[in-house]
Amino acid sequence: MNDTKVIRPLHWFAVLTACATFFLLGMGGLVTSHGAGMSVPDWPTSFGYNMFFLPIKFWRGGVFYEHTHRLMASVVGCLTIILSVWIWIQDSRRWMKWLGTSAVLLIVAQGVVGGLRVLLSEDQLGIVHGVLAQLFFILICALALFTGRFWQRISNAGKISVPGSLRALVLTTTVLIFVQLVLGATMRHQHAGLSINTFPSAYGKLWPDTSPQAIQYYNEHRLEIMNVNPITAFQVILQMVHRIVALVILVFVSLCAWQTRRQLGAKDALAKFAAFWLALVVVQIFLGAATIWTNKAADVATAHVLVGALLLVTGALWCMIASARSAPLRAAEHEGFGALGTFVPNK
Amino acid sequence: MKVFSFAFVVGVLAATSLTHAADIIGTITLTGTPPAAIPITPLMNDPICGPLHKETPTTHFYVVGKNGEFADVVVSLKDAGGNEITGKSTGASAAPAVLDQKGCLYAPQILAIQTGQKLIVRNSDPCVHNVHTTSNAGNTEHNDVQMPNGPDLNYAFDKPEMFMKFQCDIHPWMFAWVSIFDNPYYAISGTDGKFVIKDVPPGKYTVVADHRKLGEKTQAVEVGDKDVTVNFTFEVK
Repeated sequence: MNDTKVIRPLHWFAVLTACATFFLLGMGGLVTSHGAGMSVPDWPTSFGYNMFFLPIKFWRGGVFYEHTHRLMASVVGCLTIILSVWIWIQDSRRWMKWLGTSAVLLIVAQGVVGGLRVLLSEDQLGIVHGVLAQLFFILICALALFTGRFWQRISNAGKISVPGSLRALVLTTTVLIFVQLVLGATMRHQHAGLSINTFPSAYGKLWPDTSPQAIQYYNEHRLEIMNVNPITAFQVILQMVHRIVALVILVFVSLCAWQTRRQLGAKDALAKFAAFWLALVVVQIFLGAATIWTNKAADVATAHVLVGALLLVTGALWCMIASARSAPLRAAEHEGFGALGTFVPNK
Repeated sequence: MKVFSFAFVVGVLAATSLTHAADIIGTITLTGTPPAAIPITPLMNDPICGPLHKETPTTHFYVVGKNGEFADVVVSLKDAGGNEITGKSTGASAAPAVLDQKGCLYAPQILAIQTGQKLIVRNSDPCVHNVHTTSNAGNTEHNDVQMPNGPDLNYAFDKPEMFMKFQCDIHPWMFAWVSIFDNPYYAISGTDGKFVIKDVPPGKYTVVADHRKLGEKTQAVEVGDKDVTVNFTFEVK
């Protein structure tokens, strides 16, 4: 059905952009983990300098994390613009052109939200910034997928169609992971350190005491070097919800992996993808525990953010691939729109 | 004439003595064992801040003497009904308070000022700091860069607030907490646990002792023409 040529340089450029975005996510994670988000008070300038010409003597402490994050964001912004223009020029799929344009709009919006978070000193904007970053990562990874040979191959006829119930299960799990990432971003942008500093127990209990007396007791006994805001009952409950949702995700991803293997066979690419997903969840739960055991060490907490992003994008790409495999016959019938799997370079 | 002058002087002295303001003095004590202070190792790892210290500085949440003398407790007055005393600030006419950044730490870390009083933030360090204030009471928030040994930053805040946070995000272990009162009746306990609230007009008051970790304790007091002693004991359970 689809024998058109893949533009390999475009695909690899999209992959490069996705890798750069992943790196940027890590740098953003380090900014929050090091409490450095407000260390450069101005934006888009840095200490009054043009951002690209900030003297190296300023690149110390929190400024190093915040400033390099800004520079890397500029790099990703440029890569995204080039990618979008390239798609407009060489990719004939109209929806791909608009997807590329959406990526540019999203990275611009993301930059503005990041800047406003600094200028307005709003922690809530930090949460929005963190969540938008995850969505942008999905979009860029999707562009990398859609421009590649793999996408072309899986959309060819002859593959086993993915049952709607399985697709719904994976989609639900992916949405659940997204909710979990929003919870995580909210926790990180409270700047209150660990609201529960023990794991697997919560202050020695299955469910911690959240009475005013208990919260007062926790605050009296917790000494933080960096995140010194006192904790609240809301934050304690938030972490408990995060833990519970993590367990639910483990169950759901296990179910996804099992069902994919059972329904599509162990050798199917989606079954392997789901198995990888399950392995990621296990790593992520370990990193979550390690974040507590290390009292939120910056590198561990950032690794937790990054694996969370991989979990989300794995689920999202799985859904896209499954849809493509199930849709080509139906979509191909729609003249003028084209199947998701149809890739025709501009002549 | 001499008799008249004498009578006038006596009258003035008598009137003065009737309205004489007294001091509220006291000692803050801590019982129980607070959690041990944590060494601020990130400071020592910083290439500029580290060499400014011979020993690793520690957190200062509980500053306690050998016999439980408890420092850094903010003691203030409310009226007898427990309401804020407002409109009594001497504001800009009060001597400016100074918050220094020295050795990549704020000094002092606990400070109290009046509304409208000038607060000078100084950078005595050989590195850049950002002075970032966060208010829970609607005071103007600031985030200003201060270059090494750069000019002082001057602030004034117009709303009363307990423990308004000052921090440096470049050196994320740097914190100070500034309490703002709309009157001049406050003090901070020293390392000997003692405090003095000076020149309190006669009347009934509520004395409030606030510690950033242990919260608030209150005592009712009546001030006449003699100094009044009020002691507080905090406990870590």
